[in-house]
Amino acid sequence: MSALQKMMGWIDDRFPLTATYKAHLSEYYAPKNFNFWYFFGSLALLVLVLQIVTGIFLTMNYKPDAALAFVSVEYIMRDVEWGWLIRYMHSTGASMFFVVVYLHMFRGLMYGSYRKPRELIWIFGVLIYLALMAEAFLGYLLPWGQMSFWGAQVIVNLFAAVPFIGEDLSIWIRGDYVISDATLNRFFAFHVIALPLVLIALVAVHLVALHEVGSNNPDGIEIKKKKDPNTGIPLDGIPFHPYYTVKDIVGVVVFLMVFSAIVFFAPEMGGYFLEANNFIPADPLKTPPHIAPLWYFTPFYAILRAVPPMFGSQFPGVVAMGLSIVLLFFLPWLDRARVKSIRYRGPIYKIMLALFIVSFVGLGYLGLLPATPIATLFARIFSVVYFLFFLLMPWYTSIDKTKPEPERVTG
Amino acid sequence: MKRLKKFFLLLAAAPVVAFAAEATVHLDPAPVNLTDQESLQRGARVFVNNCLNCHAAASMRYARLQDIGLTEEQIKDNLLFAAEKPGETMPVGMRAADVKAWFGATPPDLSVIARSRSADWLYTYLRGFYRDDTRPSGWNNTVFDKVGMPHVLWNLQGEQVPRYKTVGGHEVIDRLELVKPGSMTPAEYDAMVGDLVNYLVWMGEPAQLTRKRTGLAVLAFLALFFIPAYYLKKEYWKDVH
Repeated sequence: MSALQKMMGWIDDRFPLTATYKAHLSEYYAPKNFNFWYFFGSLALLVLVLQIVTGIFLTMNYKPDAALAFVSVEYIMRDVEWGWLIRYMHSTGASMFFVVVYLHMFRGLMYGSYRKPRELIWIFGVLIYLALMAEAFLGYLLPWGQMSFWGAQVIVNLFAAVPFIGEDLSIWIRGDYVISDATLNRFFAFHVIALPLVLIALVAVHLVALHEVGSNNPDGIEIKKKKDPNTGIPLDGIPFHPYYTVKDIVGVVVFLMVFSAIVFFAPEMGGYFLEANNFIPADPLKTPPHIAPLWYFTPFYAILRAVPPMFGSQFPGVVAMGLSIVLLFFLPWLDRARVKSIRYRGPIYKIMLALFIVSFVGLGYLGLLPATPIATLFARIFSVVYFLFFLLMPWYTSIDKTKPEPERVTG
Repeated sequence: MKRLKKFFLLLAAAPVVAFAAEATVHLDPAPVNLTDQESLQRGARVFVNNCLNCHAAASMRYARLQDIGLTEEQIKDNLLFAAEKPGETMPVGMRAADVKAWFGATPPDLSVIARSRSADWLYTYLRGFYRDDTRPSGWNNTVFDKVGMPHVLWNLQGEQVPRYKTVGGHEVIDRLELVKPGSMTPAEYDAMVGDLVNYLVWMGEPAQLTRKRTGLAVLAFLALFFIPAYYLKKEYWKDVH
């Protein structure tokens, strides 16, 4: 027995190191037919790590103080060694997190990854998405620019629309009657400690649940149904390590090339990742003529604005916006199709999914624009399509003509 | 299916088409060239001599001007009026309260002005002052209506007055006409404003040239790294059928 083996034995008697390594990497059998869409899960994990590491370094020089915050960001950009790189990686990382997560969620919709027995993986995933939105919203206040301030003002005011308790609720969130130093301090605390902890815990349970039932695949069939009679290993399964680790490295390199192209050559991304107005320090007395949230929130912002105020209250719009996300949780039970993957589904689901994507992207685009009558009309049409995709799903998935699923995965 | 695709494309494109026709103020393209150090140095001089009297650049250190080819001695001798040491940031020459009393608003800090306003906007703005007796300062601006700032560079540019045209029943400014020449010709003035805007763009992010240089190295590394990564994957996956 070598010294290394001895040491591993010593550890394994006290901590399941080898067992954990086997269960989650070297003997975790993933379907061999993962395609392009399966890169985004590991990429989301990569971006999470990037955000945490760059965030730690930003925290070393950032000042969560209404009088100093804006200048401290510029201090990082100018006087901190490589500060500009850390800051741009963090600001680009925020947007790229959503890019990756949206593609990851779309993969789930296409291949039915939320269907039985993966309902909990999906629910944990939606919770991650919610936590990520909160994290991004809280973080966007920290540079203390005009858009930080007024964006936060608009969103916190949504809570004020809640009947009866709204006014008190919004004051409780802000810690003041307006967005102020107190708000900045608590948002900072939530952004750097509370939400990251929640995110990491949710990612952990997302992965534990995934490894319990095994990954879905583009064919939407269970590889555990066809096992080698001698070894008990799924015939269409390959160990995650080394096969998918080496494959994901290729994905990581390509992703980092896109990421670096943005960080080094277009960190503002034409105003979509860093808004021009956010280079003006927050001014509570000067409302910008047009307040738009960052691009990853605009689909929901467009739904909010599409609902007309009722009884003099914005609350119905807030409810619609909340509902548009809550519906995601019920997806596993709304889908009644006999097959999981879009490959074997009928034309109705394909059309509905296409309409849904067009509506979601359309809403995202409209949310960036001032609300004109024609924009509102389109936002209403898209919002209705968005909701019908979910609400009619039990009906259209059960009448849709599906094709028979194959016995084994089809590459 | 094809017809369906077309329909989706049209549906997706409709809002884009509907909003493309929004009216915007015409902006002249600014001659920005951050590799032209002489232009940046001329711009820095104009900036320190004129803008810093009322505006601050609270995030910009004098010493950073070494990045555009000035020596510490040159900075000390020619540019350091308001501060003591080159390591200091650029403060405002006057008291902020005085300036607010005179112009009605505190002049904005200019450290990142080129990032909140575009270079083209600044270039058009600084050339777009015209005489307007209805304004307290006697000046107005084509891209910033009812601006509080007077035309600080008027003795260089001279005085312009607007010439109007009628568009859809509204009188709008067609062009500005120089009625009283300044000490510079219009071409000289435009070149000087060009240098100033070039400097403002540089000052908005002094690390931007380093950023792009570093970016090329990073992308080159990743492109090289892609090759072994790709073949490693191919080698491992040979036995997966």
